[in-house]
Amino acid sequence: MAKTYSKKSLFSQVMKPSKETISFLLGYSKALTIIKIENKSFEIISN
Amino acid sequence: MVNIQLPDASLVKEYVAGNEDALAKLIKRHESKIYGFIYSKIPDRDITNDIFQDTFIKVIKTLKSNSYNEEGKFLPWVMRISHNLVVDHYRKTKKMPMFRETEEFSIFSIMSDNSLTIENKIISEQVQMDLKKLIEGLPADQKEVLVMRMYQDMSFKEISEITGVSINTALGRMRYALMNLRKVIDKHQIVLTN
Repeated sequence: MAKTYSKKSLFSQVMKPSKETISFLLGYSKALTIIKIENKSFEIISN
Repeated sequence: MVNIQLPDASLVKEYVAGNEDALAKLIKRHESKIYGFIYSKIPDRDITNDIFQDTFIKVIKTLKSNSYNEEGKFLPWVMRISHNLVVDHYRKTKKMPMFRETEEFSIFSIMSDNSLTIENKIISEQVQMDLKKLIEGLPADQKEVLVMRMYQDMSFKEISEITGVSINTALGRMRYALMNLRKVIDKHQIVLTN
């Protein structure tokens, strides 16, 4: 069988963020509320 | 069964309306592209994760504060945010380059902690105590000059004025004080160094 001399593609693996990062972002989004009063914004993170 | 994929604009609208699942779908849809883009600029998984996270924190804040203008360009917008954060990262690391320790180079060759260890501190205190005992054993006039010079940082002019003797006499008493201390130290083979 002939050898394959082509280079392995650098992007053969799927690049994905870690599960912890995704989990953090989804949790952060659920906890975050932004309230605008006049021209000021208040970020509230609920536990 | 037909799987209908909602366009990004609809998912953004749903998310802004309060549907958190819409965000999860958006992230899942675009995570590879955005993560891959950041990684292509900064080939470090930890930093890439951080920048990915910071990107979406900005996205979340903008969407939740109703500041996003939907023009059907969600992905380019997010990519622009991540690109800017990559640039910020390079600016920061250029100002404060990170040195990693290698076999050839250790950061402690540049910066060192000169403060005494606990052990050295105890030894230093013991040496001070031993020295004080030796000084106590000196004749009164020699002890007086030595204490004024070494512990009170006085000049010989000041010492001579206070003790009422000439500068030469004060100098002489200091010289004899040191000679006598050396004699005692040698006689009893006292070790006064670390």
